[in-house]
Amino acid sequence: MNQTFVHFIIQRQDGPDSKPYIEEFHVPYRPSMNIISALMEIRKNPVTRDGEETTPVQWESVCLEEVCGACSMLINGRPKQACSTLIDTIEQPIRLAPLKTFPCERDLIVDRQRMFASLMKVKAWIEIDGTHDLGPGPRMSEEDRQWAYELSKCMTCGLCFEACPNVNDKSPFIGPAPLSQVRLFNTHPTGKMQASHRLESIMLDGGITSCGNSGNCSEVCPKEIPLTHSIAALNKSTTAYSFKRFFVK
Amino acid sequence: MKSDRTFFWRKLHSLSGLIPIGVFLIVHFGINYTAFYGEETYNQAAAMMGNLPFRYVMELFIIFIPLLYHGIYGVYIAREAKNNLSVYKYEKNWYFHFQRLSGIVVFLFLIWHVGTTRVAAAFGAEVTFDMVANLVANPVYLSFYLIGILMTTFHFSNGVRTMLITWGITVNQKSQNFGKMLGIVLFILLTGIGMIAIFAFVS
Ligand code: HEM
Ligand code: SF4
Ligand code: FES
Repeated sequence: MNQTFVHFIIQRQDGPDSKPYIEEFHVPYRPSMNIISALMEIRKNPVTRDGEETTPVQWESVCLEEVCGACSMLINGRPKQACSTLIDTIEQPIRLAPLKTFPCERDLIVDRQRMFASLMKVKAWIEIDGTHDLGPGPRMSEEDRQWAYELSKCMTCGLCFEACPNVNDKSPFIGPAPLSQVRLFNTHPTGKMQASHRLESIMLDGGITSCGNSGNCSEVCPKEIPLTHSIAALNKSTTAYSFKRFFVK
Repeated sequence: MKSDRTFFWRKLHSLSGLIPIGVFLIVHFGINYTAFYGEETYNQAAAMMGNLPFRYVMELFIIFIPLLYHGIYGVYIAREAKNNLSVYKYEKNWYFHFQRLSGIVVFLFLIWHVGTTRVAAAFGAEVTFDMVANLVANPVYLSFYLIGILMTTFHFSNGVRTMLITWGITVNQKSQNFGKMLGIVLFILLTGIGMIAIFAFVS
C-alpha cells in the first residue's frame, strides 16, 4: 500500500456545554503510527481537509504505553486506548469521538470523575496509617498474588464503564472496575482488615446488585481483567456476609 | 445508610424467579403436558389442581404476589439499562438485552393469559380443555401462546444461568460455561414440553 495520508473524521466540542460538531482532517501517513501521533500531526498543522484553519484537537494522554488510562476514546465507534491503537490495524477513514458515558470537557477529553467517586465509595485503598510504626503486614501467598496481580493492572481507563449497559444517567451503578478493586483489596492481607466495610459499601443502591451480567466489561477491558469473575466472586462474598450480618455479627 | 435494603430486595427478586415462580412454571407446564394424552387426562389434572386445599391462599402467595413483585421490579430494572447492542454484539450482551425484552413480553402475555383464563373463570367460565382449544382455534391467539411460551422459556432458562452468577455459585469460566449449558438444556426441554402441550389443543 502506498498511502500518503490518513483520513480522520473527528467529533469535536468546544466546552462542556457546547454542541458537538464534526471536522475532517488529512494527516500525512507514516508506517506504524498510532492515534496519538496522528493527533500530534493535527496539532502541528490544524487545518481541516477543506483547507480551513481551525483550533488543534484536544485530547488527553500521559504514559503512551497503555498503563495510565488517560487516552480512552471511541475509535471507529469502539472504546479503545488511543496510544496503543495502531493506524495500520484499523479501518479508514478513522472516526474519533469522546466516550459517551462520561461528560465531555472538550473535544476528546472527558471527565472520569464518576469512576473516581466510585473508587472512593468502595474504599479502594489499603489503610496503613497509624500513630506509631505498625510493623510489616502479613504476607500474601504466591498463589493469590498471581491472580490478584491481574486485577491490580486496572488503570481506571473507564472503557468498562463505557461498554456496560447499566452505567448511564438513569442508573446509580458504581461500575465494573470499582467492584473488581474491592475484590483486589479484600484479597490483600492488610486490605482484608477492612473487608466488611468494602462489602457493606457495595451492598447499597447502585452497588453489586446493579450488575446485570452483560459481560461487556470483560470483553472491552484493555488489560484483560476478568471483571465478570470478580463480580461473581463478590456475589459470593456479599451473600455470605449478608447471612453473617443477619445471624451472627 | 442503614436503611438501604437494596441488596435484600434485589436478592429476593433473583430468588423469586426460581422459587416460587420458576417451580410453578415447571408444575404448570407439567399439567399442560397432560393434554398430550388427551382431553380427559388434561381435564382430570386441571380439576385436581383446582381442588387443591387452600387454593386461593396458595395462588396468592405462590403465584400472584411473587409474580407481581418480580415483574414490576423487573420492569424497573429493565428501564435502567441502555441498549448498546449496535456497538457491543457479544453473546452475553444479547442475552442481557433479551432477558429484559422477554421479561416485558412475558408481562404483557401474562396479563392476557390470566385475563382469558383465571379472570374468565372468576366470571363463571370453566377451565377445561375446551376453553383452551377454543382460544387456540384462532391463529392470532395461538401465535400469542407460541410467543408467550418461547419468551417465558428463554427468560427462565437464561435466568437460571445468571442466577448462578448472582448468587456467586458459578464464579470462574469453567463453571459459567456449565451454567450456560444448563440454561440451553433447560430451554430446549421446556420449549419442547410447552410446544407439545399447546399443539395438543389444536385440532
Ligand atoms: C412478569 C414479567 C417479568 C419481568 C418484567 C421480568 C424481568 C426480569 C428482569 C429484568 C430480570 C433481570 C434481573 C437482573 O439482571 O438482576 C429478571 C431475571 C429473572 N427472571 Fe424475570 N421477569 C418476569 C417474569 C419472570 C417469570 C415468569 C420467571 C420464571 C418463570 C422469571 C424468572 C427469572 C429468573 C430466574 C431471573 C434471574 C435472576 C437473576 O439473574 O438473579 N421472570 N426478570
Ligand atoms: S477494569 Fe479494565 S476497562 Fe475497566 S477501568 Fe480498569 S483497565 Fe479500564
Ligand atoms: S496514554 Fe496512557 S493509556 Fe494511553
